[in-house]
Amino acid sequence: MTDTLPLMATRRRFLIGAAGLAGGMALVTMLPGRTAATPASMQAAVKAVAGDAPMNKGRIKIELPPLVENGNAVPLGIKVESPMTDAGHVKAIHVFTEKNPQPNVVSFQLGPRAGTANISTRMRLADTQVVLAIAEMSDGSFWRDEVEVVVTMAACLEES
Amino acid sequence: MTARALINVPPKAKRGEIIGIKSLISHEMETGFRPDATGQPIPRNIIKEFVCTYNGVEVFRAEFFPAMSANPFVSFTTVANESGTITMTWTGDNGFFATESVAITVE
Repeated sequence: MTDTLPLMATRRRFLIGAAGLAGGMALVTMLPGRTAATPASMQAAVKAVAGDAPMNKGRIKIELPPLVENGNAVPLGIKVESPMTDAGHVKAIHVFTEKNPQPNVVSFQLGPRAGTANISTRMRLADTQVVLAIAEMSDGSFWRDEVEVVVTMAACLEES
Repeated sequence: MTARALINVPPKAKRGEIIGIKSLISHEMETGFRPDATGQPIPRNIIKEFVCTYNGVEVFRAEFFPAMSANPFVSFTTVANESGTITMTWTGDNGFFATESVAITVE
């Protein structure tokens, strides 16, 4: 019992050290003059699809794991509340990231024939960052949702 | 250039039923952002477009960017309104093209 505490402290120190090392490695692989999307370039990409239309919160929901071990294939789900009729449906869904090499991830175009706006796919995440999804409705309104994802092993940076 | 594509569509559905469709294709989706062993960037080689048609009518389309994972997987839904053929096509860099079709019976 007496040596349990120091042992735990050692383990904790090791874990902190390991986490720091992993963080440092991620930083080094990101550094050498590589272009990366920024919150500003993400905003520019959003503007390219939505113009200056106001962004409403709600109706669209992103499903992403909050913590990702491998950024190469992250399951992404998107659901939008819509009757999906000729009168009212989702026209398009766009997905963006803040810190991947470029902000666009995927754009979907759908309509009443889709029946629902319920899509899943797999995406790459180069870093811990915010993922943003925007739904464009047939009435011209835009709806957004964003989630932050913590990535422990980044995608697309290793040499082949 | 041969790619293996898998699509999953229920063979039978009731008229008006919303059915789930899954698609998966083998493709490296090389981002264009990775360096090779000499530090030179590996050229981009991705699928850029995925289209699903139902008896010739487009029901779903996706534009892919390098942030899509290798072997792109997409699942979505459509309304089964008549018997016929559901076709999916993938087009991309370096003249990549693949297509896959499946029959559906609607009662």
